[in-house]
Amino acid sequence: MDQFTLNLIFVGATFALYIGIAIWARAGSTSEFYAAGRGVHPILNGMATGADWMSAASFLSMAGIIAFGGYDTSAYLMGWTGGYVLLAMLLAPYLRKFGKFTVPEFIGDRFYSKGARMVAVICLIVASVTYVIGQMKGVGVAFSGFLNMSYSGGLWLGAAIVAMYAVLGGMKGITYTQVAQYVVLITAYTIPAIFISLQLTGNPIPALGLFADTTSGVPLLEQLDKVVQELGFRSYTAQSDTTLNIFLFTLSLMIGTAGLPHVIVRFFTVPKVSDARWSAGWALVFIALLYLTAPAVGAMARMNFINTIYPNGLTGETLAVDEQPNWMLNWERTGLLQIEDKNGDGHILYSADKETNEVVKLDRDIMVLANPEIANLPSWVIALVVAGGLAAALSTAAGLLMAISSAVSHDLIKGMLNPGISEKGELMAARISMLVSILLATWLGLNPPGFAAQTVALAFGLAAASIFPALMMGIFSTRVNNKGAVAGMLAGLIVTLVYIFLHKGWFFVPGTNSFTDADPLLFSIKSTSFGAVGALVNFAVAYVISSMTEDTPAEIKALVESVRVPRGAGGAVDH
Amino acid sequence: MADQNTTSASDKAYWAANVRTIVIILVIWAVISFGFGILLRPALSGIQVGGTDLGFWFAQQGSIIGFLILIFFYAWRMNKLDREYGVEEE
Repeated sequence: MDQFTLNLIFVGATFALYIGIAIWARAGSTSEFYAAGRGVHPILNGMATGADWMSAASFLSMAGIIAFGGYDTSAYLMGWTGGYVLLAMLLAPYLRKFGKFTVPEFIGDRFYSKGARMVAVICLIVASVTYVIGQMKGVGVAFSGFLNMSYSGGLWLGAAIVAMYAVLGGMKGITYTQVAQYVVLITAYTIPAIFISLQLTGNPIPALGLFADTTSGVPLLEQLDKVVQELGFRSYTAQSDTTLNIFLFTLSLMIGTAGLPHVIVRFFTVPKVSDARWSAGWALVFIALLYLTAPAVGAMARMNFINTIYPNGLTGETLAVDEQPNWMLNWERTGLLQIEDKNGDGHILYSADKETNEVVKLDRDIMVLANPEIANLPSWVIALVVAGGLAAALSTAAGLLMAISSAVSHDLIKGMLNPGISEKGELMAARISMLVSILLATWLGLNPPGFAAQTVALAFGLAAASIFPALMMGIFSTRVNNKGAVAGMLAGLIVTLVYIFLHKGWFFVPGTNSFTDADPLLFSIKSTSFGAVGALVNFAVAYVISSMTEDTPAEIKALVESVRVPRGAGGAVDH
Repeated sequence: MADQNTTSASDKAYWAANVRTIVIILVIWAVISFGFGILLRPALSGIQVGGTDLGFWFAQQGSIIGFLILIFFYAWRMNKLDREYGVEEE
């Protein structure tokens, strides 16, 4: 059976499973559509959160970025896990106690203002749509790779499937489907990693293989450092970015994690406040399974890629152009990998020197998908990785679209514009807003502002600068008032958005940027790292404005005191 | 809201205990990631781990393991505090 048929079978079978579950758990009421009736066990909720969380960015993109970025990209690993500590301690239990459906609802009630709720809706939509662009990039890469079509063709096909899938279910359908998706994606990520770790180091646990010796007796990382430097690249384990940028980038990703509405909303669906705390822990257990493996996948992929081009050692004859393995030819057809025999010697040269390097384009988002083929693993492993990558992208895109649609239908339309809307009308509005977001994100995904994980990192910066500070101040301060919160959110969102647009182009339109991340506007702060600065601006503005304006009313102080203690947390109450 | 009762002195003490726990955990959280993984990495460079140094291990794996321990410790500790202060859910 050829690879293509096998891919089709694996992807088809897993999709049939997800759609089957979505139909079986189809949402009947609005409360089920948004919050799954709160009947989800913490461990299952943890798995679903894991699937929700680990998107195309974590699955397809991150290891490839680590492979070529080395130590500097550790920010992704620390940032996308460390945020759960913040979430578990600073937000999740109190928001569960508060007992409403959406993030803007909390902000609107706590800051006793429809304006605050409206601003929260805007922040949520900006961050989530940016995030979906990153997912669409991943979906586009995965489909183009496995169906042998162009990137844009894969992107539109993926968009159609995401749309069909997200509109069909609600949160409840999504929760159980996401448990299945977690199982698929973690299996798909781990199995090839185990094979590759065994091949290179003889250690069956990739996380340990990363720090083990290779079959030649030299530690893997030492050998990798040596090889990449001989080719003229910078050392894999040494730091080359500035400490300031790595620090701020890590911080942005951490607080962004705690500020992303589609993750926070997960903690509305657990039965009790104490379960909200455990759920954050379980979510991180399931996330850590992938995140401890990812740095090994990255380092080993880099090693194997170099070995593919240099089969006879660095000084020996390199890979011949007409002897390229199948996986290279496949990815060259998608346009995501480009080889150009500049010196016409019939062999491929790969080095850091831009003049002579013949691997002229290597999209880092293809590395995880290509990894099993690079290592010559059996074809069923390759098919499994394709299915896993699609599971990761779909589950997150669906969760994000859920958050966007509930913000539009529940907060914007029902909460403000038309409180008398029927349940049916609300569901219809939710589904229409999903479709509009998919179209917008797909269109922007044709020219994404970066690799999938980088685009997603921008979304985290936006969430970090706008939503997280408002939620945290809403719980930990009784003094921050409506004016402070609105001014803080707007200031945080706007400075971060402007900084991103200055570096990535206005509304991500290519060519409209005034600066680049290689030479950023402020010190060495890249656009992906600016969220932490935006968050500081948000906190500072909110405190200053609040201290200059009137105190919060007594009933708001009582509300804050009440979310701080678990006692009396009931089910969710709608307005 | 389901519960808008007035806050007692015991609720205030519970919150203070919670905030103390959070501060301690946040310090450890920062030390294992921003500290050992980034700022203090040069100071730890003498300690070798599998072909590289301890700071690299913390940045790529150690911090994640630490985060897991911190979250579960917090959940365990708070559930205990909930009972001690009598603020747990029925």
